[in-house]
Amino acid sequence: MTTSTTPLPHLNWPQGDVTTIPYALYTDPDIFDLEMARIFQGRGWSYVGLEVEVREPGDYLVTNIGNRSVVIARNQEGNLTGFANRCAHRGVKICRQRRGNTRMFVCPYHQWSYNADGELRGVPFIKGVKQQGGMPDDFERADYNLPKLEIETRNGVIFASFDTSTPPLEEYLGVTNTTWFDRVFDGRELKVLGYSRQLIPGNWKLMFENIKDPYHASLLHVFLVTFGLFRADQKSQVLMDDTGAHGLLISQRGEQKADESTRDITNLKENFELADPRLLDPVKEYDGDATVVMQTVWPNLIVQQQSNTLALRQIQPRGPGSFELAWTFFAYADDDEEMVTRRLRQANLMSSAGLVSTDDSEVIKLAQDGISAFQDESGTLLMGGKGTDNEQHMVTEAAIRAFYKHYRAVMEI
Amino acid sequence: MLGSDLQREVEELYNTYARVLDDGPLEAWPDLFTDPCTYQIVPRENFEADLPLAIMRCESKGMLMDRVHSVQETIVYEPRYLRHHITNISGTEVDGDLTVQANYSVIEVLPEELPRILSVGRYLDKVVRAGGQLLFKEKRVVYDSELVPNSIVFPL
Repeated sequence: MTTSTTPLPHLNWPQGDVTTIPYALYTDPDIFDLEMARIFQGRGWSYVGLEVEVREPGDYLVTNIGNRSVVIARNQEGNLTGFANRCAHRGVKICRQRRGNTRMFVCPYHQWSYNADGELRGVPFIKGVKQQGGMPDDFERADYNLPKLEIETRNGVIFASFDTSTPPLEEYLGVTNTTWFDRVFDGRELKVLGYSRQLIPGNWKLMFENIKDPYHASLLHVFLVTFGLFRADQKSQVLMDDTGAHGLLISQRGEQKADESTRDITNLKENFELADPRLLDPVKEYDGDATVVMQTVWPNLIVQQQSNTLALRQIQPRGPGSFELAWTFFAYADDDEEMVTRRLRQANLMSSAGLVSTDDSEVIKLAQDGISAFQDESGTLLMGGKGTDNEQHMVTEAAIRAFYKHYRAVMEI
Repeated sequence: MLGSDLQREVEELYNTYARVLDDGPLEAWPDLFTDPCTYQIVPRENFEADLPLAIMRCESKGMLMDRVHSVQETIVYEPRYLRHHITNISGTEVDGDLTVQANYSVIEVLPEELPRILSVGRYLDKVVRAGGQLLFKEKRVVYDSELVPNSIVFPL
């Protein structure tokens, strides 16, 4: 763990302030390294996959926690395991396939082999060849097991942590976020519809800020506003947990009309009608009025329910100015064909070619482009006041402020 | 293998397809498809695992038009130029319907940046003759990379 004496660039950030955000947080390599250590390798549950992706003993998948590659596997006893994807010998990345099934993970370099618990099982020439070479007598295989991950699952979703002191998932999420998490992940078996991965040339925090920001959604996303899927005048809530780490944006569909809430949108297309309305043919599938719920789970997950399109968006930072956004679109195993088709059609709104999310990836790039030459300056988060508490409307940046409240605590800056 | 006249006609369809997407008008893109039709952009990861998710999915000329309309009216993006390069076009014919495969790469030019490859992969298409001209009945764009460099705004 990096200590708080790590030299940081001078941050012009008044103690406790979450209404100005120094641009250096998005560009500085030392900040990035500290984030990887304190946030992604520290206390916290990172989303790593779904149980249906590693259903059978021997099944595994490769993903990232922060910038570290990790393997999530199901061992021969049927338990989920996780370990760092790098050999204890020379640091080589062991597993290069996205997913598969194996009894042993064998490093390609010197063929050290590990079982699904990341325990070193085989070292070629350990006793030498013809009485020559070999490992010293005090070499113990058990000293070279791979760094293990803590694992928790909730209704089919797998979380992992490098830190053994992370509190249980339910406590970590808090009551409100657990309740909403369970709305989508209600225990029904899930079915993966497919993946989509994009490399976004911006800082990873910009993605969280984007999802925690309902102010932009009612302005930037002309498609959403045009079709009434997200508008500033809809009944909405912005909810946080006690720490500010996790957040929820909850809203409900309105109508296609122009009024006060759309007045400031210069390019609203009031008369845009779909030539094929099957693209947007949402049906109600959950109790309550909410038709869009975007949940952000510290430090790497966005759970998306927009109408009938369901996805987990996993944030994998690559460096200060770049992150992979890995989308897993899913359905419920008991969905009928019509529902699956509906979800696949609505997926047109999302990911790298999304009628809506393209706006976000494009704007995140422009934010990074803008910020990078002004590292000594700061951005502003004053919409809806200075508070970090729950709100019952969309014209607020409270959830982003709450995020930075937690960020400052974890980063100790 | 297709006869040389048919091969030339198929290649002309792909030439037109590239020209319409690169130089416009974008509204002419749906006219290269039958109605109904399918147009999908599929990550190879999904294609190989037989997973149905496409990052762009149209099932009719109307949906193609809605995509065009969105690109022109609602999506917010940096201006860009695209160049399609379509090669290795080959096909087979059964009862007048053509199954065509081709390689493609699309080079993207963004403001203040050097050209870069936006996408590379395969077209897996069904082409039919309708009203005297060849049209796409199915077009599946399977891209090879896991990652998309940021956004795909225009069809591939």
